[in-house]
Amino acid sequence: MLGYFLRRLLATIPVMGVVALFVFSLLYISPGDPAAVIAGDIATADDIARIRAKLGLDEPYFVRFGTWLWALAHGDLGVSIFTNLPVAQLIGQRIEPTVALTVCTLIVAVIVAVPIGVIAAWRAGTWIDRCVMGFAVLGFSLPVFVFAYLLIMLFSIQLEWLPVQGYVSITEGFWPFLRHMILPSVALGTVYMALIARITRASMLEVLSQDYIRTAQAKGLASHDVLIGHALKNAAVPIVTVIGIGIALLISGVVVTETVFAIPGIGRLTVDAILRRDYPIIQAVTLLFSAAYVLVNLAVDMSYTLLDPRIRY
Amino acid sequence: MAAVAETLPVARSVSPTWARFKDALRRHPTAIFGAVVLLAMIAVAIAAPVLGTVDPQSMSPVKRLRDPWGEYWFGTDMLGRDVYSRVLYGARVSITVGLAVAIVSTLVGLAIGLVTGFIRWVDAIVMRVMDGLMSIPSVLLAIALMALTKASLENVVFAITIAEIPRVVRLVRSLVLTLREQPFVEAATAAGTGVARTLVRHILPNTVAPLLVQGTYIFASAMITEAILSFIGAGMPLNIPSWGNIMAEARSLFQLKPWLILIPGAFLSLTVLAVNLLGDGLRDALDPRLARRM
Repeated sequence: MLGYFLRRLLATIPVMGVVALFVFSLLYISPGDPAAVIAGDIATADDIARIRAKLGLDEPYFVRFGTWLWALAHGDLGVSIFTNLPVAQLIGQRIEPTVALTVCTLIVAVIVAVPIGVIAAWRAGTWIDRCVMGFAVLGFSLPVFVFAYLLIMLFSIQLEWLPVQGYVSITEGFWPFLRHMILPSVALGTVYMALIARITRASMLEVLSQDYIRTAQAKGLASHDVLIGHALKNAAVPIVTVIGIGIALLISGVVVTETVFAIPGIGRLTVDAILRRDYPIIQAVTLLFSAAYVLVNLAVDMSYTLLDPRIRY
Repeated sequence: MAAVAETLPVARSVSPTWARFKDALRRHPTAIFGAVVLLAMIAVAIAAPVLGTVDPQSMSPVKRLRDPWGEYWFGTDMLGRDVYSRVLYGARVSITVGLAVAIVSTLVGLAIGLVTGFIRWVDAIVMRVMDGLMSIPSVLLAIALMALTKASLENVVFAITIAEIPRVVRLVRSLVLTLREQPFVEAATAAGTGVARTLVRHILPNTVAPLLVQGTYIFASAMITEAILSFIGAGMPLNIPSWGNIMAEARSLFQLKPWLILIPGAFLSLTVLAVNLLGDGLRDALDPRLARRM
C-alpha cells in the first residue's frame, strides 16, 4: 500500500510537469504580444520593454523555463507586476476564505447529493426520481452566478435571513462564519450536487440489480440496511471518483462565487489580477489550483482500497 | 440523380437508427422542448435586427435605468441603453461562441484522438500531455489565456476551445481503442487496408454518434464559460453586448435593479438548459447502451 502510494505520488510529477510547462508556455502560444496586452492601450514602448523584461520574454524559451521552474521548486511563485509583492505572499493572505468556501461547499454538496441520488435509484421511475433527475439537469444549466443572485434576492433582500455579501473568518465566531457561508456554498455547490446525485443514482441502479441485493432483501433485511449497508457501500467507488473529478467544477466556480459574494479569497485575487492584467498572479493561481486538483484525485485513488477491499495494490 | 434523391428518404425512414431516433424523441418530450427552444433562440439571434430592436450600443443617459415592461420591454441600463436590444444581440454572441467551440474542439479533438488511439508511440506522449491539460480547471485555463490576449470573439473561442479539446481527445481515443479490436477492423487490416484508410473508412463513422452527443454538451458548457469570462471581465470586449457583459455591468446595481442581471441570466439559463436537454435526448437516441445505464 505504501509502495503503491509512493509510486502514485511519483506519477503525479510528470502530470504536474506538463501543467507547469503548459502554463508557462501560455505566454508564448497566446496570439499577439502578451507584453503589449499586459501593458495596456496607453503604454509607451518603454513600458512594454519593461514588462517584457519582467516576464523574461527577452531570454530564450528554455533558459527562461529553467529559471522559472527552479524558482518554483523553491516556493517562489514570481512577483506581482502591479504591486511588486511576491505572489506567494499575496496568495497566502487570501487562501483562508477560499479553503473555507471549498470545504463548506464540498460538505453541503455531498450531504445533499448522495442521499437524493440513493433515494432516486431506490424509487427509480417514480415522481421522486423524476424530480431528482430534473434537478440534476437544472443544476447543470443554471450558471453559478445567476443562481447566486437568485439566492441573494430571495434570502438576503426579500426575507433578510442571511447577509448579502462578505466573509467572516471562523476565528471570529462560528455562527457569523456559517451565516456568511450558507449562500455561497449552496450557489457554488449546486452544479456539483447535480453531478454527484446523477452518478450516485446511476451507480446505485447498477448495484441494486445485483443478485446479492435480492438475497439481502429475501433474508428480510430492512430496506435501509440493504440500501446503505449493501448497495451504497458497493456503489461508492464511482461516487467518490466523481467527487474528485468534480473538484474541477468547484474550482472554476470559486472565482465567480467569490466575486458575487465579495469574498476576499483567491478567486477574488484572480479577478482583480485579470482587470490589472497581472499575469504572474494568474499563472500562480492556475498552477496552485491544478496541483490541488491532482492531489485531491490522488487521495481519491487511495481511498478506493478503503471502500472496496477487492481493490488491492 | 432525381431517382436517388427520391429513394433516399425512404431508405432512411426504414433504417433502424432513424427509427430508433424518432422513437426516442417520442419518448423524450424534453428533448423536443430543448430543440424547439434552441431553434427559437437561434432564430431570435439571427433576426435580432428586425425584432423591434434599436442599436444595442446607443446611449441616452436621460432615459437610464428605466424599469422593464414599460416603454422599454426589458428597461434600460445605467447608460440608457435598451436592454431588450442588448439581450437579443447578446444571443448572437452566446450561440456563436457555443457553436464555434463545439465544432472546432470536436474536430481538433477527433483528429488528435484518431491518431493517438491508433499509433501507440504517439499515444504515450499525447495522453501525458492531455492528462496534464485536464488537470487545469477549464475556466482557469481560459482565464489565463484571456489575460494574455486582447478581448475579442476569436480569442474567447480560442481560449475555451483549448480547454475543451482534451476531453474530446479522451473520448475519441477510448472509442478508437475499443473499435480497433473489432473484427471488422481486423478484417480491413487483413485485407491490406492502410492505416489512414482504415481510420477514415472504418473507425471514423463509428465515432460520429458519441461525438455528436459530446459536442452538444460542449456547446452548453462553452456558453456558460463565455458568460463567466465576460462576467469577471476576461471575456468579450465591452463594445459587444454579450449576456455575460450585460450582467457584469449590472453587478454593482444588483440590489436596486435586479432585472438587469436576471433577464440576461434567464436567457442564458434557458438556452443552456435547452442544449443540455437536447444532448440528453441525443444520447438516449444514439447510444441505447448508455441510456439504459443513466
